[in-house]
Parts: sequence; structure tokens; C-alpha cells
Amino acid sequence: MSHSQSQRQLGESRLVRWTLIAIGLLYLGIFLIAPLAAVFAQAFAKGWRVYLDSVTHPDALSAIKLTLITAAIAVPLNAIFGIAAAWCVTRFRFRGRQFLITLIDLPLAISPVISGLIYVLMFGLQGWLGPWLQSRDLQIIFAVPGIVLATVFVTFPFVARELIPFMQTQGFEQEEAASVLGARGWSIFWRVTLPNIKWSLLYGVVLCSARAMGEFGAVSVVSGHISGLTNTVPLQVEILYNEYNFTAAFALASLLTFLALGTLLAKRIVEWRTGVPGR
Amino acid sequence: MSIEIRNVSKNFGEFPVLRNVSLDVQEGELLALLGPSGSGKTTLLRIIAGLEQPDSGQIVLNNADATRQTPAQRRVGFVFQHYALFRHMTVAENIAFGLKVRPRSERPSRKDIKEKVRELLALVQLESLASHYPSQLSGGQRQRVALARALAVEPEVLLLDEPFGALDARVRKELRRWLRRLHDEIHIASVFVTHDQEEALEVADRVAIMNRGTLEQIGSPTDVYERPANSFVYNFLGNVNLFHARIEDGVARFGGADYAAPANAPAGSVAAAYVRPHELELLADASHPDAIPATISYVYALGPVVRIELTRNDNGDLLHAEVPRKRFEELAAIPGEIVHVKPSNVRVIADDYVI
Repeated sequence: MSHSQSQRQLGESRLVRWTLIAIGLLYLGIFLIAPLAAVFAQAFAKGWRVYLDSVTHPDALSAIKLTLITAAIAVPLNAIFGIAAAWCVTRFRFRGRQFLITLIDLPLAISPVISGLIYVLMFGLQGWLGPWLQSRDLQIIFAVPGIVLATVFVTFPFVARELIPFMQTQGFEQEEAASVLGARGWSIFWRVTLPNIKWSLLYGVVLCSARAMGEFGAVSVVSGHISGLTNTVPLQVEILYNEYNFTAAFALASLLTFLALGTLLAKRIVEWRTGVPGR
Repeated sequence: MSIEIRNVSKNFGEFPVLRNVSLDVQEGELLALLGPSGSGKTTLLRIIAGLEQPDSGQIVLNNADATRQTPAQRRVGFVFQHYALFRHMTVAENIAFGLKVRPRSERPSRKDIKEKVRELLALVQLESLASHYPSQLSGGQRQRVALARALAVEPEVLLLDEPFGALDARVRKELRRWLRRLHDEIHIASVFVTHDQEEALEVADRVAIMNRGTLEQIGSPTDVYERPANSFVYNFLGNVNLFHARIEDGVARFGGADYAAPANAPAGSVAAAYVRPHELELLADASHPDAIPATISYVYALGPVVRIELTRNDNGDLLHAEVPRKRFEELAAIPGEIVHVKPSNVRVIADDYVI
């Protein structure tokens, strides 16, 4: 049955159709496009020069650097963990396997603020490991390690969640074929497994990176908000905003927005490459 | 190179998949593992390849114990039911895989690998498709790529899991004759798993029939078809008519006639008597004392053999007969008519198998 036929059979009138489309567009405009436009309008309100000054301010540069470092540590860690976890739960049957799958989702289920607090309770001055760390002059909370830890925790499930269903449907036959043909562990992984999962992996990595760079709640709890030292971009945006420095706040916010748009683009490209529309 | 399977048992959890199976495959022999689904035949094949470990028992390849060897060490070729081709590699890369992953010291030169791939592509008649990806091939072509890939490592044993299962009927018949010719050319011990009795009987040198994790019978296709060891094999290989015979005075009696009974059948018991459809003779009159009167219910008169369904007049049991078209025309039987059925080559089996 062709498309136009099905429309005719549903019998919607022109009026209904256009009203629905108009409502959709209006909704999209108010809640998505207008705020997005406002970010850029505010960021460039005082011209290019001020925008450039805002994003190249030492505190801003420090925040950008910290955000990138955090992502550069969290994303590879969670990619490796994600592959290992997906391999483990799809290739082996063991007691507690279902529990492990559920556990991987835990960071998505709990509030990011709690995720941050967990680390304060663990490593903070009053925490379990606080005195031990202090006696060795190691600082985790209100320092870069804490920010990285909180980010790793929050972005923990993204890669694994992408890979598990994919590897489940893929099965294990190609790896078995490789092993009968004489390939050993690493060789099988590099030549067979990785090429097969690469698009799913990339998709997970894209989502993981976006979250790692954009995370606010968990990082906010453990960071201590020291400008130029422990502020990531989202935290710096909030500080600038609270200081009524709107242009600078929105200039930095526009960077995060670019990142989000870039992520969406990357996501589209991966979807197009894998032929999986609208995931 | 030979395969010896010695007392292999395997459980999946509580469920026994293989129970004490022993089996030898000689060099140059093509053996079919035949059985219904769940009979353990694929598990046995995977144990030979090293993809599964037996709970007990031994796998001996070429007179050396291979039970603890990894699949990579066993030098077997394995063709998977769904081919398991590497989707991201071309046909040529798929075939070259087994050679490319060898340790540097044993790896052939790039030129030799290329030459070997060319040779194998010619063997499976796919020269023109070397740079295609598996997704661009038909089922039969994929099957042949899988076979070429398995042969590239010059295996001493070739194992095939339902090699024709996923193909349509015409391609399947073509490919199995081709496989038979190929096997005769390369002359290694081969085992293939199938649930299709026609396939097993046509292609294999010997057929091993499995049921519920045990080996029911092993022998040449003629052996197992003509002389089934038990009721299961009788029922599994082709259609069969069942008569209930009473054991009396050392003979099996049914339909007013006596037939040879096995020595172990206790007097007074009821035994199963089997007769293949083509071994039922249909007579127009009651001239023969052993004949059983039956009413024709359906006639399928398609092809050179006419299949007739009958109902016994004495107890209402269903019978299937196959008669040559010529005989059928002489008989001129139509549904509703009464004929007399005379069994020949009756085989009485006194085991506890119940249909």
C-alpha cells in the first residue's frame, strides 16, 4: 500500500493535518529552537571581541582544559570497561549475570547529586578513607581526581548499554570460526570482534563523551568550585551566571551547545553508517 | 587422519546431551551424524572441534589424544550452519584468514597466501566474487566460501554442521552432490550433521543415527535402511507401517499369519512388526490366506509411485502402501473399495520403544 493511499484511508482533512503540524512546530520552536537561539544571541550580544575574550579568559580556558582532561580519562576507561562488561555478560552464563546487567544501569537510575555524594562519603575528610588519604597528603575530593571519579561513575553505563544488546543478537559464531581457523585470544578480538562492534562502540563513545563533558550534578558536589582549578565548563557557566556575567556565561554555554550539536551530528553519521535509523 | 570418539558424555546443567558415545571415522570417510533435533549430534560435532568440552571421555585425532587441545591446535575445518563468515571482510580475506593469523614462523608469504586463495576460489567456483562481501552473496555462494575458508588451513578433519540446512531444495541437492565429489578429491575424514535422512543416505559412506544423546545404529546407508537395529531407526528412516504382533510358540502372529520373531521376545507378549510402504502388496481378491482386508481411503496418484492410504477392516488401523503405477492401473482401485494387503519382509522388534 502506498503512502498517499493510507493517508486517504485515514480520512484526515487538510485542516487537521496542518493544525497538527503547526502545533508540533510551535512546540518545537518555544521549547527547543528559541532557547537555543537565545544562547547564541546572548553569547554574541556584545560582539565577537567580547565573545572571544570570554572564551579565552584564563578561568574559561582552565575550565575547558579540565573538561577535556576529564573526558579524555573517563571515556577510554568506560569504553574499555564497556567492552569487557558486554563481553562478560553476553559470552558467559553465570549466577548473578542478570544482577550484573542491572547493576551497570545503576548510575542512570540514581540522581547525579547522590553519585557525587557517594564519593564525598568515601574520600572526603569525614569519609571512610578520608583520614588515611589525609595522612598521605592525597586529595581526591575538591580536586581533579574527584571530578574524574564522579564523571567515570556517571558515564559508566553508556558504552556497555550500547554493546550488550548488539553483541547478544550477534552471537558468538564468528569468534568460534576464527578460533577453529587457528586465531588466538587477542587476534580474535582485534580482527573479528572489534571490527564487528565498532559502530555500536562508537555510538556508545559519542553518547559517553557528551555526557562526560556536560555532567553538572555529580561533578558539582565533588568539585569545590575553585575557579581556574576545579571548575569544568558546566560549573564555570553557573558561576559566571551567578555573578551576573551573562555574556561570558552564555559564551561558554555556546561551546557546550556546539558540543551537543556536534554529538548529534556524529550520532546521525553513525546511524547512517550502521543503517539503524532513529535509535 | 582419523577421528576416534571414546565414551564421550556431556551434560548441559542437569540435562544429559550425550551419553557415553563412541564412534570412529576412518581417513577418507564421509560420515553423517543423523538424528532429530535435540539428539546431541551438533554438540558431538562441536566437541570434536574443541568448541565444547566433554564432561568425560576422549577425542583422539590421528592417534593422539586431543581432548585438552584448543580448537586452534586441532587443525580441523569447521563449516557452521549459518556459515559465520566475517561480515567485514571480502570473500578473499575470509578465505585467507586462517593463513594470516598463523604465527610469523609458520605463516606463508603474502604471495603464497594469494596463490592459495586463488586456488580455493577456483575449487569452489567463485573466482569472480573474490572482492565481494558476504552480504552480497547468495546462500549457496556463502556456503561455498565457508567451505573454502575451512579448507584453506589444510585441515586433517572436516566438520560440517547442517551444511545444507539453510538452502532451498534445488540448491541443496546440487550442493550435496558437489560436496560428495569434493570430498572424494581431497580425501580427508569428514563428518556432517543433518536431520534430513535423505541427505544422509545419499551423500555419506556411513550413517550414525543418534537419538537422545545416544548412538542408535551406525552402518552403511543400505545397512541402516534395510536392517534397522531398533524401532527408533525404523521410524526415523522413512515411512513405516506398524502391526501389533502377538508372540506365540516362538513366532510373531498377526493378520492370520506367522512371521519370524526375535529370540529375546517373551511368549505371550505384544511386539512391534514393521513393514515399509513399498513392501505391502495389494491384492484384489482374498485368494492369499495371509492377506489382511482393508478399505482404500485416499489415493495420491502423482509420479511413478502411487501412494495409497488404507484402513484395516478388522481394527481400523491406518496403513500406507506404495505401489508402482503399472500395478496400480492393473488393480484399478478407487477409494471405498476393499482390497487385501499382504505384508512382505516383515521385521519384528521386541523393544520398549513406543510410538
